[in-house]
Amino acid sequence: MFKKVYPYIPNSVPEIKEEMLKEIGVKGVEELYEEIPKKLRLKRKLNIPKPFPDEYSLKKHVMSILSKNKTCEENLNFLGGGCWQHYIPAVCKEIMGRSEVLTAYAGEQYSDHGKFQIFFEYQSELAALVGMEVASLPTYSWGMAAGLVIRMASRITGRKEVLVSKTVAPERLSVIRNLCQPAAMPSHIDIKLVEYDIKTGLFNFDDLRRKISSKTAAVYIENPSYLGFIETQGKEISDIAHVNGAEFIVGVDPISMGVLSAPSDYGADIVVGTAQPLGIAMQCGGGELGFIAHSAGEKYVVENPTLMVTITDTVEEREYGFAWAGFDFRTSYGVRNESGKIRSESKDFTGTTSCLFAVGAAVYMALMGPQGFKEIGETIVLKSHYAIELLSEIKGVKVIFGPNSFKEFVVNFDETGRNVKDINKTLLNYNIFGGKDISKEFPELGNSALYCVTEIHTKEDIERLVNVLKEVLSK
Amino acid sequence: MKKEVNLRKYHAPVWNEPIIMEIGRKGQRGILVPEAEEEIRKKLDDAESYISANMRRRELPKLPELAQPQVVRHYIHLTQEILGMDETIDISSGTCTMKYSPKVNEILAGMPQMADVHPFQDEDTIQGILEIIYKLDLICREISGMDYFTFQPGGGSQAIYTNACLLRAYYESKGELAQRDEVITTIFSHPVDTASPRTAGFKVISLMPNTKGYPDLDSLKSICSERTAGLFITNPEDTGIFNPGVQEFVNAVHEVGGLCFYDQANLNGIMGIARAREAGFDACHFNLHKTFSSPHGSLGPGCGAYGVKEELAKFLPVPVVTFNSEKYHLEYDKPSSIGKVREFLGNIEVVLKAYAWIMSMGAEGLLETAHVAVINNNYLEKLLLAIPGITKPYAEGKRRLDQVRYSFEKLKEDTGVGTIDVMNRMVDFGIVNYFPSHVPWIVSEPMTPEPCESYSKEDIEYWAAVIRQVSKEAYSNPEIVKTAPHNSSSHKIINAETIDEHPQLWALSWNAYLKKKRVGEENVKIKK
Repeated sequence: MFKKVYPYIPNSVPEIKEEMLKEIGVKGVEELYEEIPKKLRLKRKLNIPKPFPDEYSLKKHVMSILSKNKTCEENLNFLGGGCWQHYIPAVCKEIMGRSEVLTAYAGEQYSDHGKFQIFFEYQSELAALVGMEVASLPTYSWGMAAGLVIRMASRITGRKEVLVSKTVAPERLSVIRNLCQPAAMPSHIDIKLVEYDIKTGLFNFDDLRRKISSKTAAVYIENPSYLGFIETQGKEISDIAHVNGAEFIVGVDPISMGVLSAPSDYGADIVVGTAQPLGIAMQCGGGELGFIAHSAGEKYVVENPTLMVTITDTVEEREYGFAWAGFDFRTSYGVRNESGKIRSESKDFTGTTSCLFAVGAAVYMALMGPQGFKEIGETIVLKSHYAIELLSEIKGVKVIFGPNSFKEFVVNFDETGRNVKDINKTLLNYNIFGGKDISKEFPELGNSALYCVTEIHTKEDIERLVNVLKEVLSK
Repeated sequence: MKKEVNLRKYHAPVWNEPIIMEIGRKGQRGILVPEAEEEIRKKLDDAESYISANMRRRELPKLPELAQPQVVRHYIHLTQEILGMDETIDISSGTCTMKYSPKVNEILAGMPQMADVHPFQDEDTIQGILEIIYKLDLICREISGMDYFTFQPGGGSQAIYTNACLLRAYYESKGELAQRDEVITTIFSHPVDTASPRTAGFKVISLMPNTKGYPDLDSLKSICSERTAGLFITNPEDTGIFNPGVQEFVNAVHEVGGLCFYDQANLNGIMGIARAREAGFDACHFNLHKTFSSPHGSLGPGCGAYGVKEELAKFLPVPVVTFNSEKYHLEYDKPSSIGKVREFLGNIEVVLKAYAWIMSMGAEGLLETAHVAVINNNYLEKLLLAIPGITKPYAEGKRRLDQVRYSFEKLKEDTGVGTIDVMNRMVDFGIVNYFPSHVPWIVSEPMTPEPCESYSKEDIEYWAAVIRQVSKEAYSNPEIVKTAPHNSSSHKIINAETIDEHPQLWALSWNAYLKKKRVGEENVKIKK
């Protein structure tokens, strides 16, 4: 047997440990643990699987497990619903893989000048993309971003109700519900869902007018919506919200921003979303980063609880410097005062989120530029509409909200007599991941699936899906 | 005989890199995107016609326009101006456990079988990922003594928030939610132990330390009541001091019907030695990006692995991964669940890296990790306390575990050089600035290094030698310290002390900066 020394632990060499213990002035490591009472100790070795100490065996072991997964690379994937398959430019991977950004963490502006500049550029690019003045560093996910800004709106307006479009993604709504707290909590925000038009998906104005009041802190819609349709009445919703003194919050898919209106153009006060489509791998849903953007108005800036970097000058002429903006009074890092009491200004919690992905997204936006976003938006519109046209031609298959959609659309199978679960199981045999089954999430839409088509799908891919579906449904 | 440490003649790269919006020319492209095929374009109308007129983007976003080589050079320059853990001896970032992140794990996480997988795929097609989640769950159960884990929280703060959400569900199920509205923490626990329960709607009371630096049992008992929902604490605390009476703390809270949460963001020094279960806790969390080696990624992605005892399991976020000895399954049907704290399953790539790291170490390796982390810390302490100006407040004569909160109060009194000055000066020697302390500073002029197991004896000696050098300078030439950094990628910023507090000094985007500059120039013109 080889002598055990750990490659990740330089001082695991017994002679070094002994030298150090001697310098410290103890006989053994046990003495260093004298503060932990015996009754709190685990009196046995941890019972965990036998390790693979050498790198080769470890890699082989992990790959043997990972190889049980099927990938969207080898299969034809039409799943979306908040995590989307887009092309990831090689440069994004290259920069995110640089060990400097990968392994940095708490270094401040002088240690990590470059990190602060990338953060500032991410904020600037993202704000420009969604048409706002300010964007902050990521929170965990889109749902988290939406919940946090609903709470921001509640603090800004002093009101305790929020109107949310009923077509919001169920997973996001669940995250929002937790952030708005149960009714028994004193700071609970009441979520009222606003109905939608079952034919178009659009916001139901009668219901909005019925539900909005002087208690409404905010109206939240998603555009394009979770179900893929484009909400065309942004301006009207915004007007009603503003007349009633409420904030208007819009959730967007940033990849649409080269072709769809910036939410500020139709009156949004705050914009949220996920930057995952901007160069971040899906990673089974691990590639998430929620964003928050708004005007530079102080009432928004000071209520935003996520981290922000400001540009500033240094003592050197013509040199940019960077600094945290409101780290100690705006974010949870400064939640307490000197006597341990809560600082009155303290907001929501933040922490280690997904900043490496912000680096990837910054690179993506720089690579794409304005024209890249326009072109990718157009490609997605054309390819998804091509799919809509072909799918609509299949007997018994109906595309809901099709004419007015971006990237995703609802495919209804009611008239085929087959349910989505079975269809998708069969599609798997053809190496196709069919659209997400939403029959339980939106029972009013019947036996339906949410399909996603992006720039990565070729004409042949779309036709293959259509042909396989025809074959499957005819059996 | 002590070896003489030769300090390196370090200088950071200085690129004076422009903001990306200042580079490039209109029309340049960094990448091209796939175009819809000709047949599609022939068959369909223009893309624009599928978007109603009022919803078309009026003016394209003002993004940079650069060719690819210039984009790459820009970002390479900026990354060179960062001291990552791979580049520097990051003993500096105490409480963060800046350990080495094995490169092989990055390769594994980059495999298409991990990276190119969609979270809504049929569970038959993600059996590998579910297996890794399930197996790490079992390992975390053993390390903590808890009964079930979830990896949905995207970081430690979110795990603590998840715990607060579970408390709500637990008390709601008992009909006590309206009554139990108080959470208790200690001032030397992470500030998010205050902030997260507040987001969840609780009032939070922070216990101050007693004169010896320990949380005080009598103070705790005096605030425990039928209103107490829970205790959220770390141990050892940020000071590195282990509270040997932690079980009595837990008992006091249990006696009034509260639940106890162990914030184990940093478990490094006691892994395999003391567990949450033996101390009586009901729940705990581990930061997989700290103790379990996943890289910190310049502030994430992380994962707050959150574990609970059986009694709380039904409230965990959905889905839960189960195993029936043949197949792994995603269980959504949990009526008492709090629902979701984050979309999808969590940062699964982080889960994978933590699993791979543990599987390279084994039980003995985890214990070795804890032992060496504690040896390293005690060795560093020995070196640091021999340096003029440094003290170790509180718990005199008691050992610290994985980290120590030191004070430069004496240095400040003697020389006028404070901890922020020392911290900035460190960068001139190629060391990432150290972490002083969370605010408020209970220990004055604090410094909190954590020499975890990744650092060699020589690394520790170098780090201490830098502190020794700065202390020497403070006594002989304080100006050089106060005006530091001198060898960094940028110089001292103006308004360094006040900028964080004053929104009027901020420009949070390039656009906002240009606007501010224009207004500034206008004002100058008007004055003239």
